[in-house]
Amino acid sequence: MLLMDSPVLQVTDLTKAFGEVRSVDGISFEVGKGEILGLLGANGAGKTTAINMILGIVTPSAGSVQVFGEELHASRIKILSRMNFCSTYTQLPGNLRVWQNLKVFGKIYRVPQLSRRIDEVLEMLEISHLKNRVSGELSAGEGTRLNLCKALLNRPELLLLDEPTASLDPDIADKVRKVVSRIREEEGTSILYTSHNMRDVEEVCDRIVFMHKGTILFTGTSEETLKHFEKDSLEDVFIEVARSGGIASRKKEGEP
Amino acid sequence: MNFGTVQALVMRYLYLYTRTPIRAVELLFWPLVHLLVWGYLTMFLQQNTDDSFPYEITFLIGAVILWDVLFRAQQGVAIFFLEDVWSRNLLNVFAAPVTNADYLGSTYAVGLMRAGVTVTMLSVLSIFLYSFNIFSLGWALLPFIFNLLIFGWALGMISTALIVRWGPAAETLAWAVPFFIQPFAAVYYPVSALPVALQWVAKSLPCSYVFEGMRDTLKTGEVDWASLGIATGLNVVYLAVAGILFVRVMNVAREKGLLTKFSSQ
Repeated sequence: MLLMDSPVLQVTDLTKAFGEVRSVDGISFEVGKGEILGLLGANGAGKTTAINMILGIVTPSAGSVQVFGEELHASRIKILSRMNFCSTYTQLPGNLRVWQNLKVFGKIYRVPQLSRRIDEVLEMLEISHLKNRVSGELSAGEGTRLNLCKALLNRPELLLLDEPTASLDPDIADKVRKVVSRIREEEGTSILYTSHNMRDVEEVCDRIVFMHKGTILFTGTSEETLKHFEKDSLEDVFIEVARSGGIASRKKEGEP
Repeated sequence: MNFGTVQALVMRYLYLYTRTPIRAVELLFWPLVHLLVWGYLTMFLQQNTDDSFPYEITFLIGAVILWDVLFRAQQGVAIFFLEDVWSRNLLNVFAAPVTNADYLGSTYAVGLMRAGVTVTMLSVLSIFLYSFNIFSLGWALLPFIFNLLIFGWALGMISTALIVRWGPAAETLAWAVPFFIQPFAAVYYPVSALPVALQWVAKSLPCSYVFEGMRDTLKTGEVDWASLGIATGLNVVYLAVAGILFVRVMNVAREKGLLTKFSSQ
């Protein structure tokens, strides 16, 4: 499934400075076709800023974002129509019914056979019974799944998921992970996945990019990451990186 | 501009209003209050003054109706943006394939619809309550409304740009901006009633020519097309400046990450 010869997403020397603060500092990574790449790091590591730059919501101070082989800033609208995103920090309008929200975004993304697709994604996330409910009355977990439905509507070739299981109970989180794996398997979707849940990462991601204070500390598979940091679990790695920037274990990627 | 995208964004707005009828209070109630207050004031003045009292006093009702065209068009643009802020939906919209033109086009359409609903209600009521028929302006009504719509859209874009630049704390500008210009807009009194220095301010506002024109037309039956031409020319300038300001502020918002702050507050 993985085709790294022609990355779907290629981030090169991406930097974002807000005044003196460098939220993202020269990061480079790529996501291949059908690959799920985990973007990990503590709060303030720069994950969400990186995602916002990939979505074109934040303009990079330096570096480039190429999606589907094209520069994002040059073909933003064309690229955005082939990707989608879901973030725990956004909601769909609470006054609208579930189907109304999905219909609006389905039309924006020009989804063919929209009514059928809406039914499909609702079924995929197991919230078909909520179709006529007012979105603002949904529980946090149901709201997150609705957000995911929005993100899957246009069968995105590149999907950005920013902490998609943050507000979900273990049962629903497991179902979401399975949906993510399923769309990768069935549709070859490339996914950039941020999470603080190490179980998510171990179960879903092919490779991991570990970020700390805007820089990338390490990129590799789960096994490679554990070996690099000399830890038994990704959670231990996460804690060490959060507390010491991983300096205790290893140097920054690329350093001798 | 993509018509399908504009349609989708407008559809969302319509869903919002049909889902929550209480929102009609803002669209119908306040304009109705204005009409009643100004309408009965007009009747009182008519009944208690001699013939020397300015004939224009009856046009206060027309001023209320036409001011609402401008105000609702401005609100259509500014409130459209705030609805996304309030529902934390802003990033979903701006991370979707929606261009600035699509977004603005949908806000214009919403402004037009808002103005249409309110003005229709006020026009019909003013006929029944005060025997004042705004349609007696005839075809001149169209360029009057057209100019007020354009100026309302321009003010809406300026309001939105200021809110984006200064953040959620500046939300109140969505309602305040039209009232910054109202004292100089010759809505309820002629430009000549202003001090000379402020008359220049009034003459720089397209809407002042419309309100002056409305009074003249209702009084004489003649339309001052030259003044309407000036209003249209000024509107082209205002619309262009507001459009440039909006696009530049959106670029600054992307530079400074301002749009993401709306989602986290």
